Amino acid sequence: MNWVSMLSLIVSSTFVFSTPLIFTAIGGAFSENGGIVNVGLEGIMVMGAFSSVVFNLTFADTFGKATPWLGLIVGAVVGIAISLLHAMATINFRADHIISGTVINLLAPALSVFLVKAIYAKGQTDNIAQNFGYFSFPGLSKIPVIGQIFFKDTSLLAYIAIIVAILAWWILYKTRFGLHLRSVGENPQAADTLGLNVYRLRYSGVIISGLLGGIGGAIFAQSISGNFSAGTIVGQGYISMAAMIFGKWNPIGAMGAALFFGFAQSLSIIGGQLPGIAKIPAVYLQVAPYVLTIIVLVLFLGKAVMPKADGTNYVKSK
Amino acid sequence: MLKVSQPIKKILVPLISILLGFLVGAIVMLIFSYSPIQAYTSMFQGALGSMSGIGETLRQATPLIFTALGFSVAYSAGFFNIGMSGQALAGWVASVWVALAYPNLPTYLLLPLAIIVGALAGGLIGAIPGVLRAFFGTSEVIVTIMLNYVVLYTSTYLLQNVMPKSFRSSTDSTQTISAHASLRMGWLQNIFGGSRINAGLFLAVIAIIIFWIMMKKTTLGFEIRSVGMNPFASEYAGMSSKKTIILSMVISGVLSGLGGVVEGLGTYQNFFTQTSSLSIGFDGMSVALLGGGSALGILLASLLFSILKIGGLGMQTGAGVPFEIVNIVIAAIIFFVAIDYVIGLLFKQKKATGTNTGAKPEQVIHQPKGGSEI
Repeated sequence: MNWVSMLSLIVSSTFVFSTPLIFTAIGGAFSENGGIVNVGLEGIMVMGAFSSVVFNLTFADTFGKATPWLGLIVGAVVGIAISLLHAMATINFRADHIISGTVINLLAPALSVFLVKAIYAKGQTDNIAQNFGYFSFPGLSKIPVIGQIFFKDTSLLAYIAIIVAILAWWILYKTRFGLHLRSVGENPQAADTLGLNVYRLRYSGVIISGLLGGIGGAIFAQSISGNFSAGTIVGQGYISMAAMIFGKWNPIGAMGAALFFGFAQSLSIIGGQLPGIAKIPAVYLQVAPYVLTIIVLVLFLGKAVMPKADGTNYVKSK
Repeated sequence: MLKVSQPIKKILVPLISILLGFLVGAIVMLIFSYSPIQAYTSMFQGALGSMSGIGETLRQATPLIFTALGFSVAYSAGFFNIGMSGQALAGWVASVWVALAYPNLPTYLLLPLAIIVGALAGGLIGAIPGVLRAFFGTSEVIVTIMLNYVVLYTSTYLLQNVMPKSFRSSTDSTQTISAHASLRMGWLQNIFGGSRINAGLFLAVIAIIIFWIMMKKTTLGFEIRSVGMNPFASEYAGMSSKKTIILSMVISGVLSGLGGVVEGLGTYQNFFTQTSSLSIGFDGMSVALLGGGSALGILLASLLFSILKIGGLGMQTGAGVPFEIVNIVIAAIIFFVAIDYVIGLLFKQKKATGTNTGAKPEQVIHQPKGGSEI
């Protein structure tokens, strides 16, 4: 294998594995910047993956090549639905954020596998017929070397994810809505005094996390796993949360961290084909994202980085 | 609106949560045209209808009691330990490893040794987030979640690459441990129809009693609860909140580790590769939350969840309802426990301090204040 094709293998598989993490991590950033801790990202991804696979299996004949893209919309809608449960519990009903998020994580795998068994009478679905394949950018892929590494047989969704990350950063830091959202995550009392609707803003943060987390799950199912079972989403939601923290609650940082974690994940899978990497025990690559998150949290993050009121309930005084 | 006193309310809220949880399960079943009555009947029959069913239910409750006690100790100190899966897994691997390494030691040496090493392994994993929280203010929620995966992948690596080959029966499983290290007892299994019930149950009951004494009657328990309520006031009163945080987390890890030990030395008698975090971790958390952190509550909640888990298997064969419905019920119960504030609104408290009838903003039960923020 020459080094160009080696690099292009690394880049494209990094892109494929990072994309679901990028979407979900950005979602987490919205929720937490609004002050709602969302451990439930894992469960949201499960529901997104499940619903998109069911949609894909059912409508592949009708929609053909467009099916996986429509599957993203389905995943997003279902992700929003499950995130509303978390929003309601934490915002209106004063539930502990971690407990409520954990409930989502307990509920989603149970509900989805139950539904799979109820619909298909077996524990896992068939493989989907239409998935996100590889994409070559017309024109760009013809550029020597760079074209082959970055633009030929690559993941179109990864580029969309990067655009979404930039867009999310712009929304969060450069728009009025973003300022309002961050202010209810920082100091809800003050925001309330200024006339902002704390509950509505926090709802929108959680809903965005449901939307993007659902999309993340749908992407994973339709580009990596190809079917749905209890073992489809195991930890990707937590990795996304780690990426968000690693990225200091900032969408662009979260994207960078997610790319890195995707790189680590893909190495543990394609590592066997790469000289040098093949000798490293897979376990180091598997635990790297988790260990690095702990180290970064300890060494580089003071408490000052996260939104101040993150994880606290706001009770409007009468 | 019912008028009830505080202690009654403390009992009513979880009871109502349980009822609502079962109701949610019933509704889901109705939607998919299963019969809830038939399902719940076969569930209770499966769990309690035979001696072997009861034995399996008690066996299932054993690790849950340990992990629930572990969660409660940390929670009382204002510490959110959701790394119990990892701590239990560490205990499981370590205890089985010791058992396989010294198969010929007499029971009175090997069994305690394996148990203690397993407990310490859990304690060690639990100490990490404790130390990081105490000295660096690092969120224990994130550290424990991350450690769950570190331990998960490491356990597979240890099994496949580090343990001596002779310990393994296949790439995915160790040999069965020797009878010298087993928690199983022939007479007990005979009573309960050959189920996998084991002496771990007695250890769990002892642990409950020790937990009760420690939390209610000792200085340590008082310090743990007081740090949980308000770490600053406790510090001011002369307690070392750092020491208490670390200690409570180590105790929590030790208890979770024991949960893994009873799985290894009692239930399965070996270790095999795990594909996802041990369910006894999060289930233990559910048990502790439903049990409200009290010794008796944890015992009852662990029995209820074990009935659900074991009965759920019978439900699948008996009524054709997928097993996952019991996990839906459990999640629903914990959801309602989590929104206890809303359920609490159903009741009027008899003796609220001062008789003003306005909205009372404080949380209803047992939530330590100095809690965990990410």
